[in-house]
Amino acid sequence: MPEREFLVSPGPHLWRGQSVSKIMYIVVLALMFPTAAGVYFFGYHALSVIVVSVAAAVLTEYGVKKLRKRPFVMDGSAVVTGLLLALILPPTIPLWMVAVGSVFSIAIVKEAFGGLGHNIFNPALGGRAFMTASFSVEMTTWVLPMGFGADAATMATPLSSSFVWEADKLSLYRELFLGNIGGSIGETSALLILIGGLLLIALRIIDWRIPLTYIGTVALLTLVWPGVALPIFTSPWEDALFHVLAGGLMLGAFFMATDYVTSPITEKGRIIFGIGAGILTVVIRLFGGLPEGVCFSILFMNAITPLIDRYIKVRPYGFKKRVRSES
Amino acid sequence: MKVPENKLTAESPIEPIPLPEKVIIPLHQNIGAPCETMVKRGDKVLTGQKIGDSERFVNAPVHATVSGEISATTTVINPPTGQPAAALVITSDGKDEWVELEAPEEPEALSVKEILGKIREAGLVGLGGATFPTHVKLSPPEGKKIDTVILNGCECEPYITSDHRVMLEYGEKVLSGLNIIRKVLSPDNVYIAIEDNKADAIDHLEKLIVAMGFKEDFKIIPLKSKYPMGAEKTLLNTLLSREVPIGGLPLDIGVIVHNVSTTKAIHDAVFEGRPFVERVVTVTGVVKNPKNLLVRLGTPLRSLIDYCGGIDGKASEVILGGPMMGISQPDLDFPVTKGTSCVLVKESRPIREQDCISCGRCLEACPMYLIPTMLAKYTKAGRYDECQKAYIADCFECGACAYVCPANIPIVQYIKVAKSELIKRAATK
Ligand code: SF4
Ligand code: SF4
Repeated sequence: MPEREFLVSPGPHLWRGQSVSKIMYIVVLALMFPTAAGVYFFGYHALSVIVVSVAAAVLTEYGVKKLRKRPFVMDGSAVVTGLLLALILPPTIPLWMVAVGSVFSIAIVKEAFGGLGHNIFNPALGGRAFMTASFSVEMTTWVLPMGFGADAATMATPLSSSFVWEADKLSLYRELFLGNIGGSIGETSALLILIGGLLLIALRIIDWRIPLTYIGTVALLTLVWPGVALPIFTSPWEDALFHVLAGGLMLGAFFMATDYVTSPITEKGRIIFGIGAGILTVVIRLFGGLPEGVCFSILFMNAITPLIDRYIKVRPYGFKKRVRSES
Repeated sequence: MKVPENKLTAESPIEPIPLPEKVIIPLHQNIGAPCETMVKRGDKVLTGQKIGDSERFVNAPVHATVSGEISATTTVINPPTGQPAAALVITSDGKDEWVELEAPEEPEALSVKEILGKIREAGLVGLGGATFPTHVKLSPPEGKKIDTVILNGCECEPYITSDHRVMLEYGEKVLSGLNIIRKVLSPDNVYIAIEDNKADAIDHLEKLIVAMGFKEDFKIIPLKSKYPMGAEKTLLNTLLSREVPIGGLPLDIGVIVHNVSTTKAIHDAVFEGRPFVERVVTVTGVVKNPKNLLVRLGTPLRSLIDYCGGIDGKASEVILGGPMMGISQPDLDFPVTKGTSCVLVKESRPIREQDCISCGRCLEACPMYLIPTMLAKYTKAGRYDECQKAYIADCFECGACAYVCPANIPIVQYIKVAKSELIKRAATK
């Protein structure tokens, strides 16, 4: 047998084999639940929005990598960004706007900061914030779920001040839970978001701390706050439940706030992140000029994540507080 | 953390391999001072004859492991230190003539000083891989009370089964050696820690403890199979809920940990006057017949692999030690040394380092509760002082962080770089 050449590589020589792209595609898989709900309730156009957003994201990533003379890896992160962006857009948004937003997400919010791992803001939320500023009318036009076929009838989202609900409370909660209500493509069905989110928690892809503290904080604050969102609510519990189910909280808490790169790395830091985002969301919803605050709350917490990571220390093994001798 | 165990050789009895034609004996096989050679080219030596020693305390002498002639001096890169070390080559005469072993008449009557002397003369070091001279470890500084001795039979590294087989096949000697340690240190408690994936070893030692009359003295504690359970610091935390201070030793909290193969060798040294010339090595991975071998120190790795039927399958690396903490050794003429517990032939990890995605998996995996990704980032930026502030000294390079990292970042490699930079800086200050 001819002598072989043996290599030298740094240890460990065993690895779990959980690559970045595997993680990303598991996230994509989990996102298929709210995606399916979006297509079911909002029909062909919603599907087109999703396809355009994902395609634009992947192509932009490819182009930017080529321009920066960096290798392009189909690691799935652009697919996640494109998909997430589509899910938080109104179902009737013109497709060219979707493409612009998606390009912005990848080229500016992600790649201009150095690419995956270096971006400060969640690319999808950054893209959405940009679109809200640029296309204010289209970004606030909401329709009744029409499925395939029927024409879209406009309808206010549950959190907006013009929202009225004529039927009984129970049916309101049912529609909020199932998703048969006005809102962004992937935000309306709490049930399917929950399935996808719990799947990610069960697979240990995301940390339960962020969604739990985020949603918990929103529930707690709306519970203790004396006012109610809709006149039909008679107890603070009903109001809290409404705030948890309505708008973008569920999708944001499970899929946006848990983005690794833009959320803190320590467990303590993640709890702070969740609570902070919860407080901000409630403040914006109750007192701000906007009906919904999830997007901006998470973006704000993204911005202070480097600070959280800097100041939250974990106690290492064997650490004893040193007695200070001077000062 | 769970890692796949791959203990292919758990059922394979220890087999002695034929004497090699020549052995290479590095003069520096322990943590601490190297040995000075005591022989020159052309000298005839006997098996077990001391051929290298030092005046320094933190040192263990080396012995000829076959009889024959010193045929050359050479240099090898010694994995534990990473430094080139002088080595002696002995060409075997095939007779394996031993020096006369001085077995004490009454081993029970030896004084502590005599026991430590015998352990030193036998050239014993920690055989779990640390290679710290055993007599030094058994000589705690004046006034330091050792209240607990732990016999470590965890063997948490995947693939390796040498300690496991030693417990099964030399159980009496292991316990006898532990009893010698008990005499030397007179601790209050003696625990034997074994992972529960070695139920046969637990059973076996349990029976032996009763048969040998140690029932009052030794207590076996089965532990969950988890990586890195067998590392001293993690072991103490699990077993005693005591933490070794950062940068400190178990000694600082009154504990000493010894590996089962070491106590077996302590028995041989004290009861039989036998120097440490051979050890059990697991040869595993993609070799035809993975085995546990009894090997003379200095035997080239090639002989071990050949004895196991050669490489059989896709392999790009030969690793000394286990897959988690072992070190690649591309040179198959390199000898088995005192610290070699395993020779693993394996496919290498794809090296495709990506940027950290801050997923936090490395934090979750780190048994020292460090932030491994920050240590890697600081190292990349050359900010070694930040590494120090982030308690890099606590890291014992278990590899758990890099094992889980989805971005394939060789975190341990970065940590090693930073540590050696910090040592260099401390030296020039
Ligand atoms: S190698 Fe990694 S996981 Fe192990 S102690 Fe060091 S930093 Fe922690
Ligand atoms: S496991 Fe790897 S990718 Fe994840 S935080 Fe640690 S270094 Fe970064």
